[in-house]
Amino acid sequence: MEAKGGGGIDNIPYYLGILLQGAGITVTITLGALAIAVVLGLVLAAFKVSRIPFARGFVDIYVEIFRDIPPLTSLFIIYFGLTYIGIRLDPIPAAIVGLGLNGSAYCAEIFRSGFAALHHGQREAAAAIGMTPGMAMRHVVLPQALRITLPPLGNYGIGLLKDTAVASAVAAPEILYRARNLATETFETPLIYLLVAVLYFCLTFPLARLVDRLERKRRSWS
Amino acid sequence: MDGPLLKTEGLCKDFGPLRVLRGVDLALRQGQKMALVGPSGSGKTTLLRCINRLEVPSAGHIRLDGELIGEKLDNGRYVRMSERDLARQRMEMGFVFQNFYLWPHLTALENVALGPWRVRGLPREEAFHLARNVLDQVHMGHKAGEYPERLSGGQQQRVGIARALAQQPKLLLFDEPTSALDPELVGEVLNVIHELAQEGRSMVLVTHEIRFARDVADEIVFMDDGVIVEQGPPASVLDQPKHERTRRFLGQLRTG
Repeated sequence: MEAKGGGGIDNIPYYLGILLQGAGITVTITLGALAIAVVLGLVLAAFKVSRIPFARGFVDIYVEIFRDIPPLTSLFIIYFGLTYIGIRLDPIPAAIVGLGLNGSAYCAEIFRSGFAALHHGQREAAAAIGMTPGMAMRHVVLPQALRITLPPLGNYGIGLLKDTAVASAVAAPEILYRARNLATETFETPLIYLLVAVLYFCLTFPLARLVDRLERKRRSWS
Repeated sequence: MDGPLLKTEGLCKDFGPLRVLRGVDLALRQGQKMALVGPSGSGKTTLLRCINRLEVPSAGHIRLDGELIGEKLDNGRYVRMSERDLARQRMEMGFVFQNFYLWPHLTALENVALGPWRVRGLPREEAFHLARNVLDQVHMGHKAGEYPERLSGGQQQRVGIARALAQQPKLLLFDEPTSALDPELVGEVLNVIHELAQEGRSMVLVTHEIRFARDVADEIVFMDDGVIVEQGPPASVLDQPKHERTRRFLGQLRTG
C-alpha cells in the first residue's frame, strides 16, 4: 500500500502498517534487554548478598556507574565506542545489550531489596534441616524473593518498553525511528506521533494491568 | 558406643563485648530429655543455637555421637569444616524455632517433604509419603494442603516439629516452642512434644513452662548469666534447689 497524495485520515492504515513493523522491533528489543537485565541483575544481587567482599564491592561500583549514566549514553558507548576495540554490533543487538546492561543495575537493586525483605529465620530454617546456602537460595529464598519482586520488575519492564525509543538514535528500526522517517517524508507529524502514542499505549496498558494484579496478589499473600 | 549422644566442652559465645556463654559443659545421654531453664538473657537459647551451629561458638567444642560438630581436627588443630559437611551434620539435629519459620510459599506437606526430597535426595513420592506420615504423627494430616498463613500458631508449630522430624534426626532441639503462642494453643504443642518424649527421643528443650519441664524432662539444667548453675532430676532442682539463684528464679515464677 502506498501513501495517497491527499494525506490525512486516509493514510492511517499505511502509517499504521509501517509503525506496527516497528512495534515488532520495539518488542524484540524490550524482551532481549529484559532477559539480560533480569539474569544479570539476579547474578549481581547474589554477589551483593554473598560473603565475598570483592564481589560486593564490584556490584556497588557497577550499580553506581549505570545508575548515574543516561541509557542513551551507554547505548552510544556500546554502539560507537566498541568499534575502537574491533567489536561492531548491529543497531538492534547494540540496543539490547546497552539497555540490558543499564537495566541489570536497576534489577540488581530490585532483587537485593527482595532478598532483604525475607526474614533471616527463613534461611535459618533451611540451614537447620541440612540445606547448604546454595540449596536454601534455590528452594527457599529465590521462590519467595521472585514473588516479592514481580510487581517492581513489571514496572521496570513498562519503563523499559518506553525507553527502547532511545534505540532510534542508533537507527534501530523501531517505532520511533520509523515515525521520524514517515514524518520527514509526509510532513504529517502530529498525526503520525498521535499514532505512535496510541501504539505505545496499547503495548503498555496490558502490562500495567498485569502489574496491578500482581500487586494485589502480593498484598494478600504476605 | 556408650559415650553421651551430645557433649559440649567449654562452650563460650561472645556478641561483641558481651559474653553470653562462659564455658558450658553439657552431656546428654541417648534417649535423655533435658530442659534448659533460667531467666531471660541467661544464654539458654544461645546455647541451643550453638549446638547446631546456627551461632558459631567463640570457644569450646560440640560432639554428637562422638563426632565433632562444625570443625575437624587437622594435625591436632581445630579447623572449621565446609558448609556442605556442616549441613550434613545439621540434618542429624532437628531444630524447632520459637517463631516456627515455616516457608510461606509452600504448603504444610511441602514444608515437611522438602528436606527428605531435596536435601536427603529421596525419590519425590517417597519423600511426600514420609511427610504425610510425619504430619499424621503431629496430628496435622488433615491440614496437609494448607499454606502456613491459613494455620493457627499451634498448628504452624506442629508443622515445624514435623519438618524437623522428617529428617529423622538423632536429637531434637526446641527453642521456646510455645513462647509465641496464644495461651489456648500451648497445650496442643506440648502434647506433641510429650508424645515424642515418650517415644524415647533425645531432646534438649529451652522453655519457660516449668510445669511442663518437670513433666517431660528427666534432667533440668538451670542457667544464669551464661553458666550452668545447677542441674539434676526435676525433683531435686525444682523442689530442693541448692543454689540461691535457682531459688530466687523459681520463687519469682511462683509469685509472678
